[in-house]
Amino acid sequence: MGERFSVVGQREPMLDAYEKVTGRALYADDLSMPGMLYGKILRSPVAHGKILHVDLSEAQKVPGVKGAISGRDIPRKKYGIVPMAKDEYALAIDKVRYIGDEVAAVVATSLEGAEEALSKIRVEYEELPAVFDPLEAMKPGAPIIHDEVPNNVSAQIRKEFGNVEKAFAESDLIFEDDYETQPVNHAPMEPHGALAVADGLGRVILYSSTQIPFFLRRNLANALDIPESRVRIVKPKVGGGFGQKIDLYAKDFCAAFFALRTKRPVKFVYDREEVFVCTRQRHPMKIHLKTGVRKDGTILAQQFRVVADGGAYNSTAPLMITLACYFIMLPYRLENLLFEGYHVYTNKPVGGAMRGHGIPQVRFAVEVQLDEVAERLGIDPLDLRLKNAFHAGEYHPAKLIVQSCGFSDTLVKAAEGIGWKEKRGKLPFGRGVGLAGASFPSGVSNMSHISSGAIVKIERDGAITVLTGAADIGQGAETVISQIVAEEMGVTLEAIRITAADTEITPLDPGTFGSGVTLRAGNAARMAARSAKEKLFEAVAEKLETRPEGLEAKGGRIYVKENPQMGMSLQEAIKVYQYSDRPMPIIGRGSYMPPAKEPTTLLKEDGNFSPAYSFMTQAAEVEVDTKTGRIKVLKVVASHDCGRAINPMLVEGQLEGSVVGGMGQALYENVITEKGQVQNPSFLDYGIPTAMEVPSITSVEVETDDPEGPFGAKESGEGTQLAPAPAIINAIYDAIGVRFKSLPVTPDKVLEALTKKR
Amino acid sequence: MAEQSFKKGVILGLGQDQHGRKGLKMKRVIRLRVNGEEREVLTESHRTLLEVLREDLGLTGTKRGCDLGACGACTVLIDGKPALSCLTLAVRVQGKEITTIEGLAPEGQLHPLQKSFVEKGAVQCGFCTPGMILTAKAFLDEHPHPAEPEVKKAISGNLCRCTGYVKIVEAILAVAGK
Repeated sequence: MGERFSVVGQREPMLDAYEKVTGRALYADDLSMPGMLYGKILRSPVAHGKILHVDLSEAQKVPGVKGAISGRDIPRKKYGIVPMAKDEYALAIDKVRYIGDEVAAVVATSLEGAEEALSKIRVEYEELPAVFDPLEAMKPGAPIIHDEVPNNVSAQIRKEFGNVEKAFAESDLIFEDDYETQPVNHAPMEPHGALAVADGLGRVILYSSTQIPFFLRRNLANALDIPESRVRIVKPKVGGGFGQKIDLYAKDFCAAFFALRTKRPVKFVYDREEVFVCTRQRHPMKIHLKTGVRKDGTILAQQFRVVADGGAYNSTAPLMITLACYFIMLPYRLENLLFEGYHVYTNKPVGGAMRGHGIPQVRFAVEVQLDEVAERLGIDPLDLRLKNAFHAGEYHPAKLIVQSCGFSDTLVKAAEGIGWKEKRGKLPFGRGVGLAGASFPSGVSNMSHISSGAIVKIERDGAITVLTGAADIGQGAETVISQIVAEEMGVTLEAIRITAADTEITPLDPGTFGSGVTLRAGNAARMAARSAKEKLFEAVAEKLETRPEGLEAKGGRIYVKENPQMGMSLQEAIKVYQYSDRPMPIIGRGSYMPPAKEPTTLLKEDGNFSPAYSFMTQAAEVEVDTKTGRIKVLKVVASHDCGRAINPMLVEGQLEGSVVGGMGQALYENVITEKGQVQNPSFLDYGIPTAMEVPSITSVEVETDDPEGPFGAKESGEGTQLAPAPAIINAIYDAIGVRFKSLPVTPDKVLEALTKKR
Repeated sequence: MAEQSFKKGVILGLGQDQHGRKGLKMKRVIRLRVNGEEREVLTESHRTLLEVLREDLGLTGTKRGCDLGACGACTVLIDGKPALSCLTLAVRVQGKEITTIEGLAPEGQLHPLQKSFVEKGAVQCGFCTPGMILTAKAFLDEHPHPAEPEVKKAISGNLCRCTGYVKIVEAILAVAGK
């Protein structure tokens, strides 16, 4: 596995771990500049209403206040992360659409001053009828939340592959069920924040806790109505994102706006309640799933009707619903699919990209139903999945190009790890095992920033500088990219100096979403390293009187592959290059364009969804306390095909975090709203798992060495959160014979179900 | 939306400053012993230790995750015991030994827990890390040879969203084992 590589495949500690353990790492709220102003945002207390009047006059009189604005003071430019679905203003202009919608903002010389000023802003609303249920919102006569979308369905797809009607007619058995999932908050430990500094020449630098520096620059410049080149985004350390930091938020806009206006640095940081209510969450979904199978277990057709509760604005709506559609067709062979998906506006907190992005919900439905299919047909759930498992190179109805697929291996390994044969159906009442499979794209393209670039510079002392646009948010992107470059250049990790995510200095990168960083930015960095290396090789080849094609860089040396004695150290090679009168510095550039289409384009024309696809199976063992209804997840075995683990320790970290997050979704987490008001916007009431809930987690890698990934690597950041919930739900069935079709499975649900059983 | 007024409910004495502000808005001198050093701060009585550490003393290693005492990111050690600095009034801890992550080890050195967290991959985004390490340190000081369930219980007040806690527990047990 790792013998042919020196750095790739090693369990290297994260490059910035030392900074983090000593408290030296700087996140957005740790930054401060002389003369800095503090900002606060006023939010709507009504779920749906016209803004009649905003009176800032009293607020402006508070000592220390340096500015106060409302929607009428900002450019009338809508923005949104998906270019075709822009529907937001930084501050509401005519209407507010959910409790928490931004209405006004102030900046002052102290946070207290800003809070006091906020309390003195008077807003007159004309309350409008609100709608909180997506099915109600779709009915004629429902309150219209956005004028341009009279039926409240802001994104909708109907896509058919094959012939579903025919396939159902040929099926021996048909299953039809309804499933429901809840809103889940990403709950990154670091609240969202941004610090803006203007240079007095109409340019602004924004230090923002963001996953997408380049999209942020684009959208912010648009919203401010200034040229993109006048906005510079610098990403400081980010304390987690999971998809919640993939949008332009009011804090970014207001910080930049006030910095430009007051010519002073301006900081806006959300409090935890704002993070829970006013950022993003996972879209709750109502799913109707009809599946047709043959007696032998072959899945012939599936028909979906998905209603996603979008909340008040779009965020990633069309992308999310498309992802949900396509990833039903992996990891199992499915030639006939009819998918109808609706993203519906409601007057509630906004749904956006969250780890898995629409796929966990449909995956839950598919995997739980598959177990039911297995039971009815008298086939072992593992065997049923193996029978239908997709394999690399097979024809795919949506024309997805799957070059590597270790799914079957992951099924076998996860089952083995959990003790499937010994345990399934054989444990005492209250204990059970279950499993679930999944697949995820390695890189999803979002229109307008699709490719990734990198620059590699060979320094005179042998250090290698890497410039990448990649946004490390704690997953270790910078470490992985450095490992890739170190391997390509034949040096140790210590030789790499990486600078990332500064839109002025580092090349374009789409950012951390769609689980594409290792693949996109990793490939770009590798290409850049190769390009720099080739320049060096030319000089060395000349000196050694040999061909550059025959050289190799490894172990800090550059030598002839066929005759390793003939070579020199990297340092000597640099000198040779210099003295050959070649221009310094030695720089290589790389730009990677994924061979894939932007997802919503695929609805109209065939193409590949992603450069590569990861596959995984997770198996869980649970224990149900039949007296209290509490469920304890005892063990999870996760087998993951991520092509090649560039850094196995970081891959495990992703997996472990994903499993615990998935468990939270299965059993504990729920953003509870009542008439649009979030009832539990704090860690005290929102059940994110603590260390006490954590099961024993074993990770079993399956390596398939994908041709498209850098050194064969595929994603491991999001796919890992698709299977935990269904695996747990399937295990609960094995434990107590109850098949739950809605999440989360709380103790009261369990007790109710157990009572019904008796 | 979130009000911090409950923290401002402490009014210490009367008197006015030159702006005519009474009581709680008046600044006073607070003397804190932080990481072995005497520090003097001129600030209002209602300010929390978290605010004073981060904003007045420039010690940003202690993090604000929720400001309600529910996440543990603001954990510091006060006389060796973990305390939630977002719920602690700075005036109340004068004269006590306050340790923040920056003071855990002498300059240039690493506490075994810090080293272990790095090597075991127990750090991802790093935001929960300072609070987590201090809680772990205080725990190991009292229980040098804990079993895994005891470690999990000890850190159950420190929330982490990235790691799933697995490598954090491993890192702590690795130090305990030595």
